[in-house]
Amino acid sequence: MPKNSISNQENSAAFEFKSSIITVPVIHLFNGDSTLFSQQLHDKVNQAPSFFKNSSVLIDLQDVEEQIIDLDALVKIIQTASLLVIGIRSGSKEQQQMAKDLSLPIFDKHSEGLAPSNEKKPEEILTPEVTPLRNPAACENLLITQPVRSGQRIYAKGDIIITAPVSPGAELLAEGNIHIYNVLRGRALAGVLGDESALIFCSNLQAELISIAGNYRISEDIDDTLRNSPVQIHLDQHALIIKNI
Amino acid sequence: MSRIIVVTSGKGGVGKTTTSAAMGMGLAKKGHKTAVIDFDVGLRNLDLILGCERRVVYDFVNIINGEATLNQALIKDKRCDKLYILPASQTRDKDALTLDGVEKVLEELKESFDYIICDSPAGIERGAHLAMYFADDAFIVTNPEVSSVRDSDRMLGILSSKSKRAENNETPIKEYLLLSRYNPARVKLGEMLSVEDVQEILSLDLLGVVPESKAVLNASNSGTPVILDEASDAGKAYADIVSRYLGEEVPQRFIYEKKKGLFGRLFRG
Repeated sequence: MPKNSISNQENSAAFEFKSSIITVPVIHLFNGDSTLFSQQLHDKVNQAPSFFKNSSVLIDLQDVEEQIIDLDALVKIIQTASLLVIGIRSGSKEQQQMAKDLSLPIFDKHSEGLAPSNEKKPEEILTPEVTPLRNPAACENLLITQPVRSGQRIYAKGDIIITAPVSPGAELLAEGNIHIYNVLRGRALAGVLGDESALIFCSNLQAELISIAGNYRISEDIDDTLRNSPVQIHLDQHALIIKNI
Repeated sequence: MSRIIVVTSGKGGVGKTTTSAAMGMGLAKKGHKTAVIDFDVGLRNLDLILGCERRVVYDFVNIINGEATLNQALIKDKRCDKLYILPASQTRDKDALTLDGVEKVLEELKESFDYIICDSPAGIERGAHLAMYFADDAFIVTNPEVSSVRDSDRMLGILSSKSKRAENNETPIKEYLLLSRYNPARVKLGEMLSVEDVQEILSLDLLGVVPESKAVLNASNSGTPVILDEASDAGKAYADIVSRYLGEEVPQRFIYEKKKGLFGRLFRG
């Protein structure tokens, strides 16, 4: 019965508007020079071609508002790098007019997402209070001879050297290396600012968590053969390597 | 030179008040003028354990607020004239305690007392913090189980960083480990942490072990500090602990199971 089917189609909605938040890579342009841009973009894309392939991007013009840029050329360069421009953000009036001529949407300066009305508050980042046992300014490295108790947190701009036990629930954070000539039962985070060459040494590994430059391993994932024994820990291509010493 | 002792643990129900009462009575009986202060404002218990609940007129908060003098609030023990109790207020909460107020009371007590024992509330908040802030010595009361040990460890961290001595870079608070509710038979079965386990985790010197004992509950119910029950295990243990704290050499007891005699072996059960 064709008549019926037509009326059914008429009743059913063909589409609906919904707001949705997606994450888009943004190219923050610092320099309007298109040859420089072309070269650097291709270098970047060549590092991970499959990652960038057909990815949509937004061009942020906030830093080049004062400059004269050739938006048309930039868009073409981006297209040849197999990226798709889905719009611009900020920009001077002239730049925004150029975007309109290219039928590119213009996003508001302050909106971070595609749904400015639903703007989410940025998640609050907790920055825990750090109470160094001794004044780290006096010495880059920190020597601790008293037990580090549960709930205590020690931060050193250099290395941390400890001759007493580190209790479960205690946290050691060092921008450099961590040496523990005793039991480590708490957490030890070396190279907290990203130093991948940082090392952790301890004479008895019972740690809750170990981490070097953000690459961490929890207690559960530490091999039983390495527990309760003296170890050296280093980072090898984002993998924590624990070695008996 | 008087000393301020804090009896603390982090965790609740481990025996802080029992210990405060027993230590207070023990020190007083050895001839030292001793005051025991209940810092558990709102959850007053020490008066019950010491059997003076019917003689409470003024309390700690009254003194801090200037509504009573120290002498009006101190309750003299009927069994030992060297022991005084300063009860907590039951109708207030911990916010009623102020750092200045506590300091003033302690300074005044120091003038006439040899030992001032601060019975800390559980937790690590205001009450517990004020109880330990001015301390010279700390008794860490721990039960042989993991959560109590961890809480004690946390408390030790606070003692070494947030006390007056720590803040002024003076000699740190002297910490003593007191293991209570210890049952050697259950340790042997692996149901409880051993003295060695606890000491290893806390790295503290052991002042003494108080065995799990019915005498403790009986003593609490009757308002008699358990140390006065001289025939009981727990009473003996506290007597040893007092002596050890005062510097006497007393060998550790109650750590290992008693060897059963011939009759014990014959009528095992």
